[in-house]
Amino acid sequence: MKFGVVVFPGSNCDFDTVHALREVIGRPTEILWHKDHDLRGADCVVLPGGFSYGDYLRSGAIARFSPLMQEVREFAEKGGLVLGICNGFQVLLELGLLPGAMLRNKHLKFLCRFVTIRVENAGTRFTNAGRRGQVLRIPIAHFDGNYYADPATLEDIERNGQVVFRYCDPAGGLTEEANVNGSLHAIAGLTNQRGNVMGMMPHPERASEAILGSVDGRVVFESILQAVES
Amino acid sequence: MRVRILVSLKTSVLDPQGQTVRNALHTLGYKAVEDVRQGKVFEVDLSGLSRDEAARLVPEIAHKVLANPIIETTTWEILES
Repeated sequence: MKFGVVVFPGSNCDFDTVHALREVIGRPTEILWHKDHDLRGADCVVLPGGFSYGDYLRSGAIARFSPLMQEVREFAEKGGLVLGICNGFQVLLELGLLPGAMLRNKHLKFLCRFVTIRVENAGTRFTNAGRRGQVLRIPIAHFDGNYYADPATLEDIERNGQVVFRYCDPAGGLTEEANVNGSLHAIAGLTNQRGNVMGMMPHPERASEAILGSVDGRVVFESILQAVES
Repeated sequence: MRVRILVSLKTSVLDPQGQTVRNALHTLGYKAVEDVRQGKVFEVDLSGLSRDEAARLVPEIAHKVLANPIIETTTWEILES
């Protein structure tokens, strides 16, 4: 399979992600410029972390109007796999490919640290290499990661099993302190209803090699491989 | 024509920045301050539009771009015709 990583002005985790996909996961990975109109045959499009357009207006708000996002939207609507990491998650929310929105973190601080998240649904194409209840140690780095959706939407996504990851303590318990940014229902990652689009605030590419302090992020990429190649 | 568009978080959405400003005002002794909501202001110059046309265009751009309707509401006014 082939990955494609979209580069916006202000993306800064694009090459980390390309490195993880090419060198660690070992699959061809195209770098996709946001002004192009071509996904170059990617089976999975990754929107990386960073600060697209300097986070002007709202995180992810301007990137959603980039030319390539039209192709990404059509690709997703046809069932193509799209993964948004951190700022990529924010872009997917602004695009309306995922439900809800991001608010400032509850303590108004930029958070750059390792967190632990629990796999809530191991039946998705982004988590099938993990198991339900598994605790992953993956870093976050964001200002606007406080997930919000209205009560009816929250009920829907919970009922449909769209919540993929929740912030938890190292033992897997859901506590207020573990929910570092104040997200509703401690949501750290979720899919669309169809299950082909996922957004997550933690950075799996930053937890993909032992030298980085954790390899837990590989679960996400290896799940995608399994989903596409088997 | 110049219009001013105000974007603020819906009352149903927690506004931690507004709360922090309120707490700071309380610390300074401004006890009459009950609540603070923080938002954004856009001043937009429009040309060649009637008031009716502006009344259609402004909510459209506010909804589509300036605000995220999931969490924010907008109001607007004409500053100069």
